[in-house]
Amino acid sequence: MVAEVGHFALILTLTLALAQSILPIAGAHLGDLKLMRFGSSAAVGQAVFLTVAFAALIACYVTSDFSVRNVVENSNSAMPLIYKVTATWGNHEGSMLLWVLIMAVFGAAVAVFGDNLPAPLKARALAVQGMLGVGFLVFVLFTSNPFIRLDPAVPDGQDLNPLLQDLGLAVHPPFLYLGYVGFSMAFSFSVAALIEGRVDASWARWVRPWVLAAWCFLTIGITLGSYWAYYELGWGGWWFWDPVENASFMPWLTGTALLHCALVVERRQTLVNWTILLGILTFSLSLVGTFLVRSGVLTSVHSFAVDPARGVFVLALLVLISGGALALYAYRAPTLKQGTPFAPVSRESSLVLNNVLLVSACATVFIGTFYPLVIEVMSNDKISVGPPFFNMTFVPMMIPLLLLMVVGPFLKWKRDTIREALAKLRRPAIVTGLGLSAILLATFGAHALAAFGFGIAIWVIAGSLAILARRMRIGQAPLATSLHLARITPRSVYGLVLAHAGIGVLVAGITAMSAWTEEELRKLPIGGALDVGGYRVTLKTVEGVTGPNYQAERAVFDISSDDQFVSTIFSERRYYPVRRTQTTEAGIHTNLISNVYLAIGEESGSKEWTVRAYYHPLAPWIWFGPMIMALGGFISLSDRRFRVGAPRRARAAPVLAPAE
Amino acid sequence: MALRRLLAPLIAAALILFAAPSLAVEPDEVLPDPAQEARARQLSQHLRCVVCQNQSIDDSNAELARDLRVLVRERIKAGDSDEAAMAYIAARYGNFVLLKPPMQFNTLLLWFGPGLVLLLAFAGYFMLIGKPGKQADLDGAETLTAVEREKLDAILTKGRTS
Repeated sequence: MVAEVGHFALILTLTLALAQSILPIAGAHLGDLKLMRFGSSAAVGQAVFLTVAFAALIACYVTSDFSVRNVVENSNSAMPLIYKVTATWGNHEGSMLLWVLIMAVFGAAVAVFGDNLPAPLKARALAVQGMLGVGFLVFVLFTSNPFIRLDPAVPDGQDLNPLLQDLGLAVHPPFLYLGYVGFSMAFSFSVAALIEGRVDASWARWVRPWVLAAWCFLTIGITLGSYWAYYELGWGGWWFWDPVENASFMPWLTGTALLHCALVVERRQTLVNWTILLGILTFSLSLVGTFLVRSGVLTSVHSFAVDPARGVFVLALLVLISGGALALYAYRAPTLKQGTPFAPVSRESSLVLNNVLLVSACATVFIGTFYPLVIEVMSNDKISVGPPFFNMTFVPMMIPLLLLMVVGPFLKWKRDTIREALAKLRRPAIVTGLGLSAILLATFGAHALAAFGFGIAIWVIAGSLAILARRMRIGQAPLATSLHLARITPRSVYGLVLAHAGIGVLVAGITAMSAWTEEELRKLPIGGALDVGGYRVTLKTVEGVTGPNYQAERAVFDISSDDQFVSTIFSERRYYPVRRTQTTEAGIHTNLISNVYLAIGEESGSKEWTVRAYYHPLAPWIWFGPMIMALGGFISLSDRRFRVGAPRRARAAPVLAPAE
Repeated sequence: MALRRLLAPLIAAALILFAAPSLAVEPDEVLPDPAQEARARQLSQHLRCVVCQNQSIDDSNAELARDLRVLVRERIKAGDSDEAAMAYIAARYGNFVLLKPPMQFNTLLLWFGPGLVLLLAFAGYFMLIGKPGKQADLDGAETLTAVEREKLDAILTKGRTS
């Protein structure tokens, strides 16, 4: 019964989405306000019905309804309740339902919060959002329906993939989808603007918060995925240039570019065409990511051909959505008004350079990800494109970007000189020089590459903080004045400083991890010890433990430093009988500066266990950095109410009041 | 519950039976000479485990990855240079095992594509900032038309009164 309610709600949503994709756009064309307003009602209706559908699926999982095929394939009665809930989206069908739900929620948000939008723009954007909805709802209903019944029902389910039975990975997909789908707003508004034939500052002001929100979520989603890979896969890596990772990284790169060039549209009404194109491309890359992950094309081109329905469908959607939008772009973009010019040295120019580098980096990831597939299809030859390729191509493009991102915020809009900008950067430059020399001296010049990496990290962090220091006039004004200036500095500036500084933290983490990781591989008896990174690791016991749906061998380690006890941690090898799968749970001790990472392996005949121990300096910073970036994004978002974006609230709190 | 207690020993047995060697490099593979071992690790990171999804043999715990790791170490012990060892393995397992694809006719676009895109993007950038007459426009561009000026004034007064 519950499943049927969900199924029916899903069908209702499709009919609503169909109406939403036609009526409002017709209304905008005819100037009929009633038809235009229908878009808002339909968008809210979609969100309501899909919430019902999603809740119904969760209910099926929580009650272990093994007459629903999707539940049978991905759940088991012995599984802990929390994983029964997260299993709802831990599979293809459920995750696609989550995808359409998030898309509908974004649409409803436009309907509810978009009072200040011009009615025709709102109607057209919602209509485009409705069309996207139709595409994906048809996909869910006809190729990936989670509500299909199984007759007869079975006594128990086949369990969730044990790798997914983990909290980090359980919240990873929702964040990733909030990012992917959030970019659909940029897409819908871009297409709506193309249909209307005009783009102005208010358009950018309206789109930017959505792009920023999507970007923050995607950043968190990627970070969670990376952290999960670190502790779950058992060998301490954090980024593998795996196609699945690349799939989420590509929209992040263009999304970052979009974020920056929408700034130019908002402030200077220029780069309009390019911004629209990026809006379309970013969402298209989100779709490409979905295609890569959902079609099975990754494992092999041939496995794609075995069950082609889903892959072909997503591919068709991709061609229809991106192709349609790009065709419209080619037709309409030349008619859009071109904005004000700017000098080669100016804030605008630096933001264009940012886009040049980010988009080229994205193209590099794209080429590296798809090249093996193309080669396999065209010549039946098989090649691999792995980390060495990306280190040689992607990384060199990032270095100038990291150097430039400090200079950009110090440039004036429209026209500036390099000399003036650099003069403002004297202090960060001095700090960087000192840090670089200190590392070179301390390591006797043996780690030139690491020193270079840290130099960049210091440059980025110091350069970002310098934005704030300059605004607060630290060292030039009395402390009270500085504090007052700090208080009236808009939140978007704090957001910018945090987001940029976060990159510096990330670079420091990456550099330390690649230069100074230590590894020890040993066979240890009970009571045996090894030394890694200044810590002594002692194997205390190895015992069998029984989890709710697994059996495990648990190794308990004591960690000490200079004979001082530090911590007890454990590492497990788990065996999940239903899926006959084994996983490794690494034991990690962190002091936020470095990690000690332990993984237990096989027992060899003589009561000895293989132990892999790592010392990972600054490893936590690899995830702190991006989290700081996302935090910066959210802080910047909270500034939005002081913008034209929300006139109602603005009336309650006057724009000019320097409160808070 | 009773069934599960009964099953427990069976499961424990399965844990041992089905267990793949669970860590990547095993202690018994490690070469006695640290310099040679370091070279072996370096090469391992550039070789793909053929049965895994995008893992290097250094990271993989598959049986085939182990064979390949042992082979790398054999070649190094036999006195092969890094290049010779890689060529030896590529000749037997195909280019698929090389995580850094070789430069050859059908990978030209792969290796030069990114640079080409960057070049094009920069060309676009210079076209954008280097348009003739642009510099002259810079100062005139900000002037508002009479209608725009009026609109702006209206907006500004409105903001002040509310």
